[in-house]
Amino acid sequence: MAHGGGGRMTERLIEDVFLPAFGGAELGRRHDGAYLPQSRRRLAVTTDSFVVKPLLFPGGSIGGLAVHGTVNDLAMCGARPLYLTAGFILEEGLEIRLLRGIVDDMARAAKESGVEIITADTKVVERGKGDGVYINTSGIGECLIGETGPWRVEPGDAVIVSGDLGRHGIAILSVREGIEFTTRIESDAMALWPAVAALIDAGVEIHCLRDLTRGGLSSALNEIARARGVEINIDEASIPVSAAVRGACEFLGLDPLYVANEGRFCVIVPGGEAARTVEALKASGLAAEACVIGALREGRSRVVMKTRIGGRRIVDMLSGEQLPRIC
Amino acid sequence: MKFLDEYRDGELVKELGRRIAAAATRDWTIMEVCGGQTHTILKTGLEGLLPGNVQLVHGPGCPVCVTPLELIDAAVEIALKPGAVFTSFGDMLRVPGSRLSLFDARARGADVRIVYSPLDAVELARRMPEREVVFFAVGFETTAPANAMAVWQAARTGVSNFSILTAHVLVPPAMEAVLASPECRVQAFLAPGHVCTVDGYEQYEAVAERYGVPVVVTGFEPVDLMEGLLAAVRQLEDGRAEVENRYARAVKREGNQEARRIVAEVFETSSRKWRGIGAIPNSGLKLRPAYARFDALKRFGARTGEVAEPEQCQAGRVLQGLLKPTACAAFGTHCTPDHPLGAPMVSSEGACAAYYLYGGRDE
Repeated sequence: MAHGGGGRMTERLIEDVFLPAFGGAELGRRHDGAYLPQSRRRLAVTTDSFVVKPLLFPGGSIGGLAVHGTVNDLAMCGARPLYLTAGFILEEGLEIRLLRGIVDDMARAAKESGVEIITADTKVVERGKGDGVYINTSGIGECLIGETGPWRVEPGDAVIVSGDLGRHGIAILSVREGIEFTTRIESDAMALWPAVAALIDAGVEIHCLRDLTRGGLSSALNEIARARGVEINIDEASIPVSAAVRGACEFLGLDPLYVANEGRFCVIVPGGEAARTVEALKASGLAAEACVIGALREGRSRVVMKTRIGGRRIVDMLSGEQLPRIC
Repeated sequence: MKFLDEYRDGELVKELGRRIAAAATRDWTIMEVCGGQTHTILKTGLEGLLPGNVQLVHGPGCPVCVTPLELIDAAVEIALKPGAVFTSFGDMLRVPGSRLSLFDARARGADVRIVYSPLDAVELARRMPEREVVFFAVGFETTAPANAMAVWQAARTGVSNFSILTAHVLVPPAMEAVLASPECRVQAFLAPGHVCTVDGYEQYEAVAERYGVPVVVTGFEPVDLMEGLLAAVRQLEDGRAEVENRYARAVKREGNQEARRIVAEVFETSSRKWRGIGAIPNSGLKLRPAYARFDALKRFGARTGEVAEPEQCQAGRVLQGLLKPTACAAFGTHCTPDHPLGAPMVSSEGACAAYYLYGGRDE
């Protein structure tokens, strides 16, 4: 590939790859920017960049991830995702077939999430200056509920997770390290908005939503505990982790509480709303393993876990990346 | 998970805790030698289930922690040489040398890679004949067989661009060093189950006899640890000092003969400096003369001169069970996992990191 100079080659890339896949009306107008209709609702905006290696992994690709990552951040604001922008940085020499696969995956994820890709950009960098493809996406959504966030959580609130933890991180690692497990572990990457919409439809009073991406459950809960100055107590026995992920974590010396997810979130609601929240999540058909894993209380800004054997320990933020141990 | 869940049974752990409480009539101090056990203890909050008169102190069984500063400096020096590919288990990369860690070296352009097995490093050397691939052979008796196998395979298949930086250490001499300290408070040991899987437990019989301390070969799960502690307390109460195997599902008295054979083929024992503790006779492994050409130190002519440790770091006393991590003035202030003074704050087997991560600092 030698596209990106802004000339005819770039034109062909847009015509052959991006437009057929994304094909929205606004993008099709080929203007320098997109016009959006006026919204009566408050808007939420977010941006995220994706640099995952490998580009393809069990259960997805960087393309799907670039959509899900951003629309999920909108969902965590209680906002229905509406529009996406996409910026591509392509490494010279990238196979068009691979790019097409990634772009198709992106289009599929956008369609499933109900978002339109309204404007996009492509740059090509010299070979060796990138890892194939980097993607940045920004998203705009409309808020269907008032503000939610760490500042709204209160002692007595319940912590609920939407499903089992650790699939995405382990799926990526298994490909990157060339480790095969007897059970193939697929990424959990998916759009979270439908599950959040189910909570809003059920009229649950949501205090905070947080997706459990980089740093996993532990980072999400620590951020909330610190931002609000509360203690979060969780119960190890109630945290769902599949047998395959547990096995892989044992083998690799990793802790599933720190492993990244791309299709899981936690929701914090008043204690009295917990049962209804779990029910609504399960009824949505997208969070079969949703469950209460803990509660907030007055105390120091930290996360304390009751261990499986009945002991207690702090669950701290991760320092740097989790490193495989010696023995 | 089969073979794991039954050893994490909360009810059984509590029952064993009650039995230990019933058995212990006096104050006892027991050292678990292995850092992996230290981490299980803190990660599961197991200490909270023990009676107050049974004290645990944490031992020197963290290979990353006891690797001397000079060798980390040598590793960094080698990694920065043009054409070198430096491979290591992940644990080692964040450990501060006197100037740089291997992570820092990587940021400066060194080709430093994490591998899961030394055999992967040999394979890498085979695929990149134009590069010099070095593996950081760190660990106790547990990792020695795989590292020996890597060297043996490289020799047999003519992979001449592979070498190892040897930092192997042995457990029994370290236990003796702990016991020989005039400040020693340890009355019984939990011996490291994984090490014994390879090397058996014959060597501990002399230690038990000479120093009159019970040694209980113990596994790594909560139930294993509680059973080990119960056996140790019972021996102490009875006035016995025997080697007892409470990890029989993995450990035989003679260990794994084949693993021992390959280690003996490639390595011989040597005196070794332990970071923070000092030289301990016959406590390390070095390559035998027939395999000396795989010695990375020689191949790269790396320096191994004495370097000074940061003064504030009390790692040596922590590693000998003389100081609880939380009693160190630098703990959690000048020394954190993000800005460590010493290796025990970095390694996933280090006692300081375990206290920092799992909340020993709050109690």
